[in-house]
Amino acid sequence: MRRLGEYLIFLWKMFSNRESFSTYLKLFFQECVTIGINSLFLIGFVSLFVGAVIALQMAYNIVSPLLPKYIIGLATREMMILEMAPTLSAIVFAGKVGSQIAGGIGTMRITEQIDALEVMGINSASYLVLPKIFAGMVMLPALAVLSGALGIWGGWLATIFGDLSPVEDYIYGIQNQFVAFEVPFAIIKAFVFGFIVTSISAFKGYNVKGGALEVGRASTEAVTTSCIAILAADFILADTLLS
Amino acid sequence: MIEIKNIQKTFQGKTVLSDISATFEQGKTNMIIGASGTGKSVLLKTIVGLFEPDAGSVFYDGRDFHQSNRKEQKIIRSEIGMLFQGSALFDSLTVADNVRFPLNVHSKMSESEKDDRVNTCLKRVGLEQAANKMPSEISGGMQKRVGIARAIVMKSQYLFCDEPNSGLDPQTAWMIDQLIHEITDEFNLTTVIVSHDMNSVMEIGEYIMFMYQGLKIWEGNKDTILDAEPKELRDFLFSNKLVRTFKGMQ
Ligand SMILES: Nc1ncnc2c1ncn2[C@@H]1O[C@H](COP(=O)(O)OP(=O)(O)OP(=O)(O)O)[C@@H](O)[C@H]1O
Ligand SMILES: [Mg+2]
Repeated sequence: MRRLGEYLIFLWKMFSNRESFSTYLKLFFQECVTIGINSLFLIGFVSLFVGAVIALQMAYNIVSPLLPKYIIGLATREMMILEMAPTLSAIVFAGKVGSQIAGGIGTMRITEQIDALEVMGINSASYLVLPKIFAGMVMLPALAVLSGALGIWGGWLATIFGDLSPVEDYIYGIQNQFVAFEVPFAIIKAFVFGFIVTSISAFKGYNVKGGALEVGRASTEAVTTSCIAILAADFILADTLLS
Repeated sequence: MIEIKNIQKTFQGKTVLSDISATFEQGKTNMIIGASGTGKSVLLKTIVGLFEPDAGSVFYDGRDFHQSNRKEQKIIRSEIGMLFQGSALFDSLTVADNVRFPLNVHSKMSESEKDDRVNTCLKRVGLEQAANKMPSEISGGMQKRVGIARAIVMKSQYLFCDEPNSGLDPQTAWMIDQLIHEITDEFNLTTVIVSHDMNSVMEIGEYIMFMYQGLKIWEGNKDTILDAEPKELRDFLFSNKLVRTFKGMQ
């Protein structure tokens, strides 16, 4: 509970007394590139395979001849867009980017680089963290969209190479009973997760005390705490937005 | 000139600084000495505003730092240069960009004026050939020199150094001391150095303040320190002498 209070104070400190807008803009674009490149490959890879596996398992589960084959496509689409694309991307993102943010900021803390910024009169919290948070909130939704697309493509590949059903059935399945709101819903989720991962990881790194060992610990904690927070937020968002 | 008056600082009920007052004059290398854990770094960080004191004030040429508003503090900060114990260079930036950093924050110079200023400062510390290296690619002594260049790039008036020669070999340590001393003279800075290296104290200590467990026990200069009365200071000096003799024997 006390940690939560400290976290909120940290967020407040970050948004008050900021630097000039142009400073942030430059840092923001740099962060977008770093964050994007960092997690692009892994998220793409994971999504492609998860989509393929979902299709395979759906095919395996459909034993009744009464169930139409297009269910494979429909289920792959539903699971990818609603859950896998935003949530799985966020968890991979926490592992790659979150740990890197906590480690990077934690190292700056123990080597007094943060003190050096403060002595120069810079609000180190907002200077270091804000660009990362905004980059996370922009890049994670983009990555989630990509993840969804790759997952559905993975299912298509599995359908063809695993000979699960006629391709036309799969194509029909991914179009059938499509609820348009699911896409913005997934993007909102990714947006929130982007904030959660970057802010929690930065908070963990910023408050490191001690040496290299503590930086390592902060990195790990950043990932575990982010994952728990992602799943909690996932539940709350589904409960409020889908009802 | 920097004046500190009745500074007190407590961490979680543990008193680290009790009622410390001192005057650090312009154009002098002022030194704060004392054993490990007596609160030297905390005092330095309180003076530069990284910590709020529980009581007391810090005056930069009459301006009360901790009572100033953000804008006034920012002006004072643009006049402060600090060399950290581990140099604290930004490890994602090149040497030149590190030195340039305070200019980007505070100065309204054009890009080419900044280039010139960075070159001048790097030349002053003898590192113009390392401008495009990363901090991880240069030695500890060179990192300290970059730290000094970064500290003076804003034409600072106040220079703070936390153990400028820790972790350096005696020759490099001597060179860093001399560099700080020369720069203090050259730009008429108010310099405050935290140290527990008796060699540098005897070389460049124009004002020396001795701390013991959060208290100021003695002040003077390098000519009077060997005749100082307080037992704590004599113990401190003697143990260091012993270390030197021991070093000489090796
Ligand atoms: N942020 C902090 N929170 C709590 N206690 C602190 C903090 N910073 C310093 N201290 C405590 O203050 C005391 C003085 O520490 P300080 O770093 O000033 O010593 P020092 O004189 O600089 O020693 P050294 O020569 O080893 O650097 C230590 O006991 C330390 O544990
Ligand atoms: Mg210290």
